[in-house]
Amino acid sequence: MSNTMSKPGIASDRLGSEQYQDVFADLHAPLSPHEALVEAGRCYFCYDAPCQTACPTDIDIPLFIREISTQNPLGAAKTIFNQNILGGMCARVCPTETLCEEVCVREEAEGKPVKIGFLQRYATDAAMQANKQFFKRAAATGKSIAIIGAGPASIACAHRLAMFGHEVKIFEAKEKPGGLNEYGIAAYKTVDDFAQKELDYILQIGGISFEYGVKLGSDISLDELGEKYDAVFIGVGLGAVNTLGIKNSDAKGVVDAVDFIEQVRQSKDLSKVKIGRDIIVIGGGMTAIDAAIQAKLLGSENVTICYRRGPEQMGASKFEQDLATSKGVMIRHWLAPKKIRSKKGAVKGLKLEYTRLNNGKLEKTGEKTSLGADQIFVAIGQKLDAGSLQKLQISNGRIKTDEAGKTSLAKVWAGGDCIEGGEDLTVTAVANGRDAAEDIHATLS
Amino acid sequence: MADLSNNFVGIKSPNPFWLASAPPTDKAYNVERAFRAGWGGVMWKTLGEDGPPVVNVNGPRYGAIFGGDRRLIGMNNIELITDRELQVNLREIKQVKKNWPDRAVVVSLMVPCEEEAWKTILPVVEETGADGIELNFGCPHGMSERGMGAAVGQVPEYIEMVTRWCKANTNMPVIVKLTPNITDIRYPARAAHKGGADAVSLINTINSITNVNLDNFAPEPTIDGKGTHGGYCGPAVKPIALNMVAEIARDAQTKGLPISGIGGITDWRDAAEFMALGSGNVQVCTAAMVYGFKIVEEMISGLSNWMDEKGYTSIDDFVGKAVPNVSDWQYLNLNHITKAKINQDLCIECGRCFIACEDTSHQAIMATKDNVEGAERHFEVMEDECVGCNLCVNVCPVENCIEMVALDAGTMDERTGKQVSGDYANWTTHPNNPGAK
Repeated sequence: MSNTMSKPGIASDRLGSEQYQDVFADLHAPLSPHEALVEAGRCYFCYDAPCQTACPTDIDIPLFIREISTQNPLGAAKTIFNQNILGGMCARVCPTETLCEEVCVREEAEGKPVKIGFLQRYATDAAMQANKQFFKRAAATGKSIAIIGAGPASIACAHRLAMFGHEVKIFEAKEKPGGLNEYGIAAYKTVDDFAQKELDYILQIGGISFEYGVKLGSDISLDELGEKYDAVFIGVGLGAVNTLGIKNSDAKGVVDAVDFIEQVRQSKDLSKVKIGRDIIVIGGGMTAIDAAIQAKLLGSENVTICYRRGPEQMGASKFEQDLATSKGVMIRHWLAPKKIRSKKGAVKGLKLEYTRLNNGKLEKTGEKTSLGADQIFVAIGQKLDAGSLQKLQISNGRIKTDEAGKTSLAKVWAGGDCIEGGEDLTVTAVANGRDAAEDIHATLS
Repeated sequence: MADLSNNFVGIKSPNPFWLASAPPTDKAYNVERAFRAGWGGVMWKTLGEDGPPVVNVNGPRYGAIFGGDRRLIGMNNIELITDRELQVNLREIKQVKKNWPDRAVVVSLMVPCEEEAWKTILPVVEETGADGIELNFGCPHGMSERGMGAAVGQVPEYIEMVTRWCKANTNMPVIVKLTPNITDIRYPARAAHKGGADAVSLINTINSITNVNLDNFAPEPTIDGKGTHGGYCGPAVKPIALNMVAEIARDAQTKGLPISGIGGITDWRDAAEFMALGSGNVQVCTAAMVYGFKIVEEMISGLSNWMDEKGYTSIDDFVGKAVPNVSDWQYLNLNHITKAKINQDLCIECGRCFIACEDTSHQAIMATKDNVEGAERHFEVMEDECVGCNLCVNVCPVENCIEMVALDAGTMDERTGKQVSGDYANWTTHPNNPGAK
């Protein structure tokens, strides 16, 4: 007998085990060939297309859509992978509504952009299903490059370096590659173990090897790698989280949203994931949304996102906000956490204070409210774990690089969320990794 | 509401929308459905001489080409004339005409090129009470190899001869259907006229291969690995048909000869265009085969509303109204100068006008990239380069976003640096023309 949504406290199996697969199914079903043709037919094949300009990896979107419309999905996939070897994952997780699709001229013309993300998935799925490999390694150069971290920036960098014929060694602290693609993205956006399947597809290029459970600082050092390898790329992401800094932050039931998302992603049996009946998520970005939606999907009765500013300031796009509310998540704005209420060391609720903007500055109004909760997910941003990167120039809390990803240290490049200006987007990380690989190759040649 | 009633060579119908001789008019069942839907008349699918009926292939008869969203823009067929017994057809024609006295029922005919054959069939058709006959001199496949259809239509002397036989052997109006598979449509039209035809109808279908199957390398439609040319029709042929209709309408020798317009007519606007070029009525086939008979409702309401808007009370008010404006190139006014103008409020900034002009025409559109500092994505016509060719208008996905604006007399054409003349001047008097007087 399963638990119910109304069971107080933190409990597993609120839905009944047969429900989970449906609830966590693919957010969007893939386009059928017919749907893909109809949608591809809507593209105007713009000159100097705004969608392409908006894409951080500069995918030739009009060309790949034209290739789909002429029933050449493999040609389309090659066009995508030329620029973005993780085009399959980006098709699933890119906030297209704020990138390519936001500037689609069809959006301007009729408020309905071409579904570029879905089409990209259609093409990349076709290539992966056929296991069609488009890239070959160049003759071995004898150069070797160390990459720290196995997230999207690192994988993009490794693939491009391998194409050039270099030997790549990736050091990853966790037990699996993929970084946030594997650990940090909502389960319903990347079903069927897609992150690992995509890696299997990409790594067929060869010349890339891994060492897992190796952490920069404790197991390896930048100096050591710099001596042993011809170049080093750092793609460590943001390993630390911001803390709430309010009373009782250490109470049982206060959970780092990133850890919760990882737990859901890595769970083999979602009915075993324990979840509170009443959940508060503090924050306004993608992490907050992903945590809130998945809490709701796991059977929480009340999930409330509390954000200290308004809907326009939320890091999560309008689409993501709407997705959350459509799943039954309540989003409340202009509320700052003040104090966690606890009983016997366990969360009971949250005291909040209302906020407002005064001449552009956020201030508290003095009015207060209170919400009951069994669990509080903290999603107020991540930060660079800079402990082992002391020799690098750090700016605004992240690694400083030039346009090509070169850090202040000779032979060391970096990319993805860990660098200054990182946009916390998979697609930007891919662009960083790819561009750094080009620069490393140019430097080594 | 405007009066749409039609009197075509004495054949009356409640509206000018007739179904062309084709699969939709092969039998009473379809024709009565068409009449119930509102069609003004039909050309009954072509009858042949008595005896064993023709046979059709037992595989695909139709091929097609498509625009976006699989919208059919052109179709071809390799179907022959009716493959039903002559007597069955005659019996049904008689019954349908009796049931629908206000609708036009014209019978399409194709028999061997011998007077006896025509003398035999004409009385039995006339006996049905049909309103007229249409001579199928156009069918481009199957029958032409047997000396009928287009094989007759491509030889003006035969057209004249057969038309004359028909006029001599029946009291019914004789409409001669012309094939477009010739070099100059005026010759067959003149021949029909000389033979005494009451009207011509055009165009019949165009010789065509719609596709080639890239797996088995056979033309489509494919029958057991082989294909043959079929008759092409549908929206894609409309421009060819309009030109041929206009050629006949403005030819001195055939001027005034009634025309029934055919060729890709899909909506009321197409019909109005054919009529403006001199067609007394129109015939539709492909559009009905794609969408069903209901489309006639849109045609009736559209034509009627347009006529009301224009103040036309009857069809005769606008039939032929565009004919005087069809000219030869050499008489076009070379002093008429236009420039493209982009309506920036309507522009969605796809840039197609720019790339079309830049890559393939006159480099007369300026593109400002939005990634250039301070500049917003923007497209603008450069009047000093624009020759007024209209390509940008045609490639723009937004209706009325780019317009061609004529320069007023007395203003400066920035491209040539010359003042625009208000005088009419054409090639025949142009200084560059060695033959100019």
